[in-house]
Parts: sequence; C-alpha cells; structure tokens
Amino acid sequence: MSYLGMATRIVSFKAHGGDVGQAYHAAPATTQKLGGVVLVHHMPGWDDWTQEAARKLAHFGFACVAPHLYFRERPGTPDDCAARARAKGGVPDDQVMGDVQGCVDFLRAQPESNGKVAVMGFCSGGRHAYLAGCALQGLDAVVDCWGGNVVVADPADITPARPVAPIGLTKSLAAPLLGIFGNEDQRPSPAQVDETERVLKDLGKTYEFHRYDGAGHGFFAAERPAYRAEQATDGWKKVYAFLDRAIGPRARAD
Amino acid sequence: MCSYITEKVALFGSAKGGGEWRRIDAAQVYFDHPFDAPLDHALGVDLINEADGGRERIAIELSAETARALAHAILAALDRGDREHGTAPEGMMDY
Repeated sequence: MSYLGMATRIVSFKAHGGDVGQAYHAAPATTQKLGGVVLVHHMPGWDDWTQEAARKLAHFGFACVAPHLYFRERPGTPDDCAARARAKGGVPDDQVMGDVQGCVDFLRAQPESNGKVAVMGFCSGGRHAYLAGCALQGLDAVVDCWGGNVVVADPADITPARPVAPIGLTKSLAAPLLGIFGNEDQRPSPAQVDETERVLKDLGKTYEFHRYDGAGHGFFAAERPAYRAEQATDGWKKVYAFLDRAIGPRARAD
Repeated sequence: MCSYITEKVALFGSAKGGGEWRRIDAAQVYFDHPFDAPLDHALGVDLINEADGGRERIAIELSAETARALAHAILAALDRGDREHGTAPEGMMDY
C-alpha cells in the first residue's frame, strides 16, 4: 500500500460578475479521473484550516478548489480581507453563489475531471453549501458541516446580504446531501437539525445526516478545543464514503 | 457558530502595530471563530482609522474570559484615573 501524491497551487477562476477570483487548488497527482469538491470556508475567512481540509480531500482522492470569498477586499492578508468583509456585514449570498458556480466550472474544465462536482462547507460555509445545493443547477452532491442559519431562528439574521433562510429553498435541492452535526452545537441546535431533516424527509430528498454525541460546533478543527478525535475521524470517513458514491470513484494509490 | 454580529464604537486615540503608531478613530468588536488564537470562539477587536479608509487594522483576538477581564481592567484604570487626576476636560479631545 502506498499513498497518493498531490499538487497544490493558487489558481484564478471566473467569479461572480466577471471578477477574477482567487482559490486554493489541491488535487491528487494521478492519471485517474477525479471528482471535484468546491470547499467553502467559514466566516473568518480563507484560513490555514481551509487549505488543510482541501489537502485532506485531495489526499483521499478528490480534486478540491477552495475559493477565497473575500478576494475582492485585497490587497491584504486573508484575515485582513475577512475583517473588511465582516465590517460590511459579510459577503452577499448571490455573490457567493456566483463564486461557487465559477469554481464548479473551473473543476469541470480540468482535463482530469470526471465531470462530477460537490460543494462542501463548514459553519457559514455549510450554510453556503446548502444554499448552493438549492440555488445552483447541476451539482452532484452537497456536504453541510454544521451550517448555522439554514433554519433561521432570529429574524435579525435575515439581512440584505443574506435575504433568505436556505431551508425555505429546499424544494429546489436536487443533489444528495450529507449533513454532519454535533449534538452539543447551538447553531445549528439539535432542534434546528431536526427541523431541517423533517423538511428534507417531507420533500422526499436524498440525504444522510450523522449527528455526534459529545461533540459541539466545529469538531473537525484539530487546532481548537472543540476538536473531538473520535467523532472527527468518523465524520471524515463519512464524508469520503459519501463523496466516493456521489462524485467518485475517488482516486486511490496504486 | 459563525457570527455576523459586529459592534462598532467611535474612538479617539492611537494604536501601535508593525512598529509604528497610527491614529485610530473606530473599533469593530465581534465574537466569532478566531483566525489565529487557538480557541473555538474569541472576542475580536479591530482598531481602524475610518477617516483614512479603514482598511488597515490593528487586531486582537481574546478568549471570552480574558476579554471580560480586560474590559474590567480598562474600567478600573479609568475609575482610578478619575480619582487621582479628575475627569479629562472636553478640550483634551482636540489635541
């Protein structure tokens, strides 16, 4: 048994409004065809964790593009760009959807692509992934890791930048959905995850949820106290297995 | 959770970062996942100069507990300053 090698690079893609976006691309070094994943970062921005997660997906046999959603705030470091975006109330949903679509197109245009693309995100990126599953055409899978505000409890969370509760768009969800949640999370709370699952079930959507006891919000993040080794290890396996079925087969070492 | 909640406060003063002092006139204050601090959530403060465009910042990320301690320490120092020096006259804001 061996391991897949990989290559990483910073790439440009055609983003919302015709802007030239910036993204991190990680892909296995292989001649095998690859399913692609657009990985959407959380509110604090295009951080080390996002790039690590992209490499993890490449390590397990998928091509991954992680867009810098705050690239329009450059020049500056990713965290400074995030601060500027935060001060403006966050990036608008329609702009994020345009950027995600640009990344989907980028992945499908790569010669190694098998034509299948998933959108995956953590936290606010999980919400964006759910929204993309409902708003964009032609996705092959969606992975929502603890996306908050899919069910909106506080009307103040409906803003000009985020004018809809994604749960209300679930009828349009066409791709299979994987949800990963911690039962000690409060955003989304277990009751909100229950509500999301009820809507998915009522609408006959294809989904699988994995909900972990002893885990709260963001329990994959090994550099933070919320990390839960047992739950995170199992959760990542669930992600790979789901993506293998939905956009695979994943590349494997010779 | 990712939090979009940001509190903004007008300031008058200076802050030092990157080896240089800068005039500041506002702070963005928020509680969210930090970018750097090894915490699940942190109190973030971005000290900025809006009059100069507000794009550059001097930033801190603190645990909730120590952020509260800092807030109390600021108030305690101000109270002590008032007792020992008296409240600053309005004109001091125009240096």
